[in-house]
Amino acid sequence: MEWFQKVKRGLKIQKKKDIPDGLWIKCESCGEIIYKNELERNCWVCSKCQYHFRINSAQYVQVLMDDGQLMELDPDLTSTDPLKFKDTKKYSDRIKAAVQKNKMKAAVRVGAGKIAGRPLVAAFLDFSFLGGSMGSVVGEKIARGIRHAIEKRCPIVILSSSGGARMQEGILSLMQMAKTAAFLGQLSDAGLPYISILTHPTTGGVSASFAMLGDVNIAEPGALIGFAGPRVIEQTIGQELPEGFQRTEFLMEHGFVDIIVPRSELKEKIATLLEFLWDEQA
Amino acid sequence: MNEFVLDFERPLIELEKKIQDMKDFSSGEDIELSQEIKRLEKRAEKLRAEIFANLTPWQRVRLARHPKRPYTLDYIRLIMEEFVELHGDRRYADDRAIVAGLAKLAGRPVVVVGHQKGRDTKENLRRNFGMAHPEGYRKALRLFRLAAKFHRPVIVFIDTMGAYPGIGAEERGQAEAIATNLKVMSHLPVPIIVSIIGEGASGGALGIGVGDRILMLENAWYSVISPEGCAAILWRDRAKAPQAAEALKLTAQDLMKLGIIDVIVPEPLGGAHRDFKAVAQVLKGKILESLEEISSIPPERLVAQRINKFARMGSIVE
Repeated sequence: MEWFQKVKRGLKIQKKKDIPDGLWIKCESCGEIIYKNELERNCWVCSKCQYHFRINSAQYVQVLMDDGQLMELDPDLTSTDPLKFKDTKKYSDRIKAAVQKNKMKAAVRVGAGKIAGRPLVAAFLDFSFLGGSMGSVVGEKIARGIRHAIEKRCPIVILSSSGGARMQEGILSLMQMAKTAAFLGQLSDAGLPYISILTHPTTGGVSASFAMLGDVNIAEPGALIGFAGPRVIEQTIGQELPEGFQRTEFLMEHGFVDIIVPRSELKEKIATLLEFLWDEQA
Repeated sequence: MNEFVLDFERPLIELEKKIQDMKDFSSGEDIELSQEIKRLEKRAEKLRAEIFANLTPWQRVRLARHPKRPYTLDYIRLIMEEFVELHGDRRYADDRAIVAGLAKLAGRPVVVVGHQKGRDTKENLRRNFGMAHPEGYRKALRLFRLAAKFHRPVIVFIDTMGAYPGIGAEERGQAEAIATNLKVMSHLPVPIIVSIIGEGASGGALGIGVGDRILMLENAWYSVISPEGCAAILWRDRAKAPQAAEALKLTAQDLMKLGIIDVIVPEPLGGAHRDFKAVAQVLKGKILESLEEISSIPPERLVAQRINKFARMGSIVE
């Protein structure tokens, strides 16, 4: 009998599957069959086991922004292929395919909008666009978003979902870490708040730059957050990793995440934090 | 003697050894032998030029990893007049993969920070092969802040395969440690001169690598990921590292074209390990030149210029 309970209580492992079309959706974690509309109303969180389905940037805009509105800044910035990079495929072809598939031109949406009536700049990385990886365009759009927040004197919220720096742009991707961190320094100097939201997964060059630098770091439950990917660590140390390693709850235990907030409460929590941190200026 | 020799160096090293043997054997009187030595020396010179004029990126990666290559402490010894090493991050531990301290450079007090590899297995274990934990980056951070407090320029040496990917490193916040360094370094109100002396991989390198001038030794490499790591992910085969090294554009020449580095520091023909003193002298000259260029810029402008420098990096279409 205990065995059954264990399965129910067991660790919720998030899988890579995209959400399939159809009226009914099976929870990837507990297997519950959920009515799609209900899942959508519940911000794509399983009502039974609280498993957080992976959603894209457009869906996050719907979840967080007032009226689902984001006035996008620089939506047309596009990646070039500065290294003429080719592995098993050409990088330029990978970009083209990602642009077509996701109907956006880069792995991040940055824009102006409101959360609970408060004007702010928000950025949403999109894992479905080349793993949310940060190349020149992602770095530049985030930097410009931060600059926009400084100019408008408003807070910024950045939601991360990324495997890290984009290898196909080589060193230029690495430098986006320095660029975004440098701009966040200016935001700090301007006394403006930055709320970082870490979702599944946030690793590599994104976690080691802007994602970890929030005045407040919020994480969704069960997200993988870390510097090195678990596979790299396993290969390096030659042993299996403990359960729950590099998950949100582990990060909180070790002091790198301020609060764990389920997706359905994110918006409300951001509004509260901003109210506590920041007096809006007329 | 247990000499470490790279395959593409071998013909040259063997020839050089032969010349040395002949020199040892001849007392200088044997005219025929000395003519033969001269002939071989010419051949060695030609061979050296041939091998090293056309190094592939992968060969450079291997030169940069040459176990006899000078490391941070060698450069400190050869470039600085005095060095007092300071230990620990005042939080958790002293990470020996990063050395840091106060030193004098051409009579001027500076703060020095650099990755440190080990020369032999025992030292490599102690230094974790130059792969730092969060406490290493936090020790560096402490020294950066010390430099700002006492208005001392910062001299950085980069030589790492990457930040260490391990359980303890994750528990203690590798990502946060690196991120914080990037933010603080970009705003540090004193000159920062960074030299990439060997390997520069990913956030582990950049974590102490934000500066006003970025110098790079001719055969060093600097990249978003190691060639092996890149090959494992994109080709699903670590053996494709030479192709990855090619594709990543990680040599000094490539990085100059991409606008990432400011100065290429020439190495002696055959690589830095062939002549420590010579390469250290050249590097010292370049560091001093770079420092000279920026030391009279007021702090606020220096920081603004530094941020601008990194803001310009990247390639986009509007």
